[in-house]
Amino acid sequence: MTVFLQNLINALQWGSFYALIAIGYSMVYSILMLFNFAHGDIFMTGSYIGFGVATGLIALSAAGVLALPSWLILVLTILITMVLTSFLGMFIERVGYRPLRDAPRASAAISGLMIGIILETGNLILLGAQRVKFPALVEPVTYDLGGVFVTNQKIMIVVVSLSLAFALHQFIRRTKWGMAMRAMAFDYVVVPLMGVPINKIAAMTFALGSGLAAAAGILFGVAYPVLDPYMGIVFGWKAFVAAILGGRGSILGATLAGFILGFIEIFVAMVFPSTLRDFIAYSIILLILVFRPYGLFGEPYSVRLRL
Amino acid sequence: MSTPNDTQSAPRRFSRLRSIFQDVPLLGWLTGALAAVLAEQFVGLDLAHLVDIPKIPVLFGFENALKKPELIPGTVLYILLIYLLPVFLVGRLLQLPANRVAGFLARRWPTASIVFHLALLYAVLHIWSDINDYRVIVVKITLIAVMLTLSLNVINGYMGEFSCSHPGFMALGAYAGSVFTIVLFTNSSMYGKALLPPAIGPFLFPVALFVGGCVAAVGALAVAIPSFRTRGDYLAIISLAFTFIVKSLIENLEIVGGPRGMRGQPDWSNLPTVFACTVICVAVINNFVRSTYGLALNAVRDNEMAADAMTVNTQRTKMIAFTFSAFWAGVAGVLFAHVLRYVNPGTFGLQQLAEVLAMMYFGGLNSVYGSIVGAVSINMLSEMLRPLEIWKWIFIPLLLILVMIFRPTGLIAFRDFDPVRLIQPKGKRSS
Repeated sequence: MTVFLQNLINALQWGSFYALIAIGYSMVYSILMLFNFAHGDIFMTGSYIGFGVATGLIALSAAGVLALPSWLILVLTILITMVLTSFLGMFIERVGYRPLRDAPRASAAISGLMIGIILETGNLILLGAQRVKFPALVEPVTYDLGGVFVTNQKIMIVVVSLSLAFALHQFIRRTKWGMAMRAMAFDYVVVPLMGVPINKIAAMTFALGSGLAAAAGILFGVAYPVLDPYMGIVFGWKAFVAAILGGRGSILGATLAGFILGFIEIFVAMVFPSTLRDFIAYSIILLILVFRPYGLFGEPYSVRLRL
Repeated sequence: MSTPNDTQSAPRRFSRLRSIFQDVPLLGWLTGALAAVLAEQFVGLDLAHLVDIPKIPVLFGFENALKKPELIPGTVLYILLIYLLPVFLVGRLLQLPANRVAGFLARRWPTASIVFHLALLYAVLHIWSDINDYRVIVVKITLIAVMLTLSLNVINGYMGEFSCSHPGFMALGAYAGSVFTIVLFTNSSMYGKALLPPAIGPFLFPVALFVGGCVAAVGALAVAIPSFRTRGDYLAIISLAFTFIVKSLIENLEIVGGPRGMRGQPDWSNLPTVFACTVICVAVINNFVRSTYGLALNAVRDNEMAADAMTVNTQRTKMIAFTFSAFWAGVAGVLFAHVLRYVNPGTFGLQQLAEVLAMMYFGGLNSVYGSIVGAVSINMLSEMLRPLEIWKWIFIPLLLILVMIFRPTGLIAFRDFDPVRLIQPKGKRSS
């Protein structure tokens, strides 16, 4: 039982990375009907930007220029990184996706893949091939809850990611911008005629998604403090799987599916040899998709799918 | 099906140059290329020394130009004298006889004409790659990439799905073919002594290719059957999951070496074999996509429901498309394994996927021609830019993004590939 609970907590942490990244995929999908295949690498870049910001802030406070308490450094790092990465996301949308808005969807997918490669290579050129160590933003404290060990990092990661997902959900439900996004997801063709600035909405969607990916990147850096330029590939594709599993364009679905994917991976590794993890995880996903071909919260194909 | 020809819009200043060379048939160009590679074979090294470059430029002088700028003038001179001059001069001079021969052959015996052209092409490739081993590898890998890209085009271009399963198919083929040849014909540490005398191995290599293709085709059922109920993004996920599953499965199968991979494949994937396989693949796929099956693929892509109403059996069409495409990907996998003589599961991952997708969409959807151009150009480009090291992976993606922005369906999309028209003589008929 304690093993189960312990793995449950690990799975919650692991799933929150997937969930945060999958939300970005899903949002872009619901607005523009395309998958942002550079998203995994935006996550990676966010992690590196977070590394830079955190190192800078720690150096500043160590030099005595700014006397910042450590919790404030964490909060500032997350906020500044999210903003910076949002700009990166908007830039990518402007350069790589907006010219392709009316092109076949596969062309946009290729463009995204290539942007991802450019981000990886750019990172490699800038920082070299050696891995960098993410600075310790949270001093690990371990709590013993009857044999189950929980660190404050894990709690922080799950709480931050869940609250970010909740905040995004509220943003989309309650604000005018969110309403515009929902309208655009509902009908891409008519909504511009109603005076909704679709370019702004698209840029904002990319910004929000990239911000969440950046948050995931920092949280990942807190949990696993070694970064390398190719870490976004596997995470990106797996989160893509989670986004599809959740149902196209469903944020709730993407969050849930991210956690489900995390759970599957962790529990498969608990029961079977860990080398079988991908095999069993993807077999389960294939089975789910056979019985629910449109994902958990998706709807069957309708006229609004532009192929 | 074909888009309007855009040669009319070519800039005027080229029209003069064009008018000199417009009547040169394919046969003339091939003869010119043969002359060029022969020239390189016999006087290449002397000429290289004469223009102050230490050895024959391996891939059109790019490695010299990018690494040692002081060699650029010599390299340019070399390229001009060895490649461009013979190609254009011989091509132009032999225009009349080449047209006659091409016309004669095309009228009398078109099949023989095609075989003749292919033989010339093979001779050019063989002599060109005879200079060093690196060229041989580049040519082989490029030809294999043509097969892969073409087979991917059947699903992604002609049928309009976004399938990510090609690395999986390729892995299945590569491993099945490797197991076949290693178990039967080689004394390996993994499987012990050869079951059959190795001497007959090369003659049974086509069987290995067939086995690899068939295993991949059977694997393709795992993607084809879900495709009956769903398409688009969900199929993309299913195919992506298929790739992950195949990779993970191979990693866990100790009998094929697990994550360490498999080595010791016999060296039977020589240039003639790879060339012949590529030619057969191009011919078969080209005939397939121009047959009623190919039209059914297009119908399924454009509107599945309407196609169904028009008596296209969509399930059968999808099944055929997936197994057919996977078969050729598997064959390419077997060849690939025997070219490198080593496979490991890591080869068939997301990197491979991105590469083959890039080649296909760069070349053009729905076009055999485009796939050939895409595979050859991306492969050659990535080899030629190798001296740039890491910057290569900035330039090639940028190029692809630009192509996607300005030609969203790829360079040469929706164009028929008709070998009989290619071999026709040009200009005024000589008789």
